[in-house]
Amino acid sequence: MLLQSLINGVTMGGIYALIALGFVLIYKASKVLNFAQGELVMVGGFICLALSEFLPLWASIVLAVILSALLGFLIEKAVLKPLIGEPILSVIMVTLGLAYMMRGLVLAIWGPDIRAFPQLFPPGAFNIYGIVIPYVYLGGLLLSIAAIAIFILFFTRTTMGVAMRAVADDQSAAMSLGVSVEKVFAISWAISAMVAAVGGILVGNIYGGINVNFAFIGLKVFAVVILGGLDSIPGAIVGGIVIGVAEALGGTYLEPYVGGGFKDVFPLLLMLVIMAIKPYGLFGTERIERV
Amino acid sequence: MANKLLELNNIEVIYNDFILVLKGVSMEIEKGSIVTLLGPNGAGKTTTLKSISGLIKPERGEVTRGTIVYDGKRIENREPEENAMEGIIQVMEGRRIFEELTVEENLKVGSYISGNADFDMVYNYFPNLKERKNLRGGYLSGGEQQMLAIGRALLAKPKLLLLDEPSLGLAPMVVKEIFNIIKRINEQENVTILLVEQNAKLALEIADYGYIMENGRIVMDGEAEKLRQNEDVREFYMGMTEMGRKSYREAKRYKRRKRWLT
Repeated sequence: MLLQSLINGVTMGGIYALIALGFVLIYKASKVLNFAQGELVMVGGFICLALSEFLPLWASIVLAVILSALLGFLIEKAVLKPLIGEPILSVIMVTLGLAYMMRGLVLAIWGPDIRAFPQLFPPGAFNIYGIVIPYVYLGGLLLSIAAIAIFILFFTRTTMGVAMRAVADDQSAAMSLGVSVEKVFAISWAISAMVAAVGGILVGNIYGGINVNFAFIGLKVFAVVILGGLDSIPGAIVGGIVIGVAEALGGTYLEPYVGGGFKDVFPLLLMLVIMAIKPYGLFGTERIERV
Repeated sequence: MANKLLELNNIEVIYNDFILVLKGVSMEIEKGSIVTLLGPNGAGKTTTLKSISGLIKPERGEVTRGTIVYDGKRIENREPEENAMEGIIQVMEGRRIFEELTVEENLKVGSYISGNADFDMVYNYFPNLKERKNLRGGYLSGGEQQMLAIGRALLAKPKLLLLDEPSLGLAPMVVKEIFNIIKRINEQENVTILLVEQNAKLALEIADYGYIMENGRIVMDGEAEKLRQNEDVREFYMGMTEMGRKSYREAKRYKRRKRWLT
């Protein structure tokens, strides 16, 4: 029982970590808190769902990820780029507006009902020594680990990835070497939307069906990034797993005593406790601001 | 000068629409030379460099009058990336290493526009960096950071390298070493250099030509050799008179002469 909820927790945690990486990426590059990250997850899921009606599932997944990247790119170009140089608070408010727009759009197109998500993994479960792991969890875990690995390789091995980290570190120094900050922002949004879509597809598979409330996954991702530190990639990964496990354990052990839905609240409680001890998150850069 | 790489014609730079920093600066830089720009703090040396590289733009600065001609083309108020792409690379004051990135990753960013991953060329000039290539930039000593900043700029294949106070906060021995390497880079890599400095003595030793700037204007210019002999330059920028070092008693005289200079 314990081991099983741990495995479920780590799987969900891996996916949260993946989505959180997208959030951290935008924050690191441009200091913008993207309140629409959960909505990007939802939209990615719905694009895949819509495409799978005419295309084989693998093709609709690939296409959904590509279309999401394009969406992220367009959002940056059309909405955020004109706001460069404006107070950061207005930019953050704009992401909140984007979130509501995407929610409205999905509601208008697909309605409020839960729609069955096409299953990528075979039904049934993997059984070792009495521990039952459904294939969908196992597959989700492996795929999220693979996606995180690709993400990390991109940022440590490729020139573009390293240049993006350079922009996060010192914007004008990066500019002096010819790195286009605008391009870096646009690519950050594209990658962020891409990992959100991957996350959306994996969670869609685990949940089995999605509706517009799917975007509330964004709340968990906030808990993850606040816990791990807004600007830390290792923080996002550790935070993701902590939140995923807390959620699973809360669901298994505490829900029977305090009532249904507690599994969604428990990670946030945990986050509050950690924030009281470490206000910049577990791995965040500590900043001393003098007034 | 026959073979001009860069020409500033009477440029004015304004920050935030109303702070006038450069009040009509003109300069010429010959291809393959080292030119130094000297002057006290706040004279506008850094702004001059940034207006050439385009880095005034993100700081809300603008060239409002005059022209900057590079390689026969006007480049005032262009984006910094565009200038970098055409070979104008600035090494900013204070080194500005990417502290989170390793030495080698810093160099990788340098190769972003040129695609030139010849890190050995950099290690050749700065052997210290090779031993530290997997260390994070933030852990390097000041001198090594300056070397990394110059090395990373070299990988961007500069035609015109703008160096902003490479001697800042470094031990005299290290400064000597770095200046020697700057001279070597100029000769071996065929890079034209514009060097902004406070250390007038060393700068005039490696430069071919010098400009002196005060209060947003060029107040004097000439061959480096001539400036080195010039009585006022010796006194005000190198702290020397015929009788040796200047004493504080002569501060009044300094004020008078300084007025003459501006």
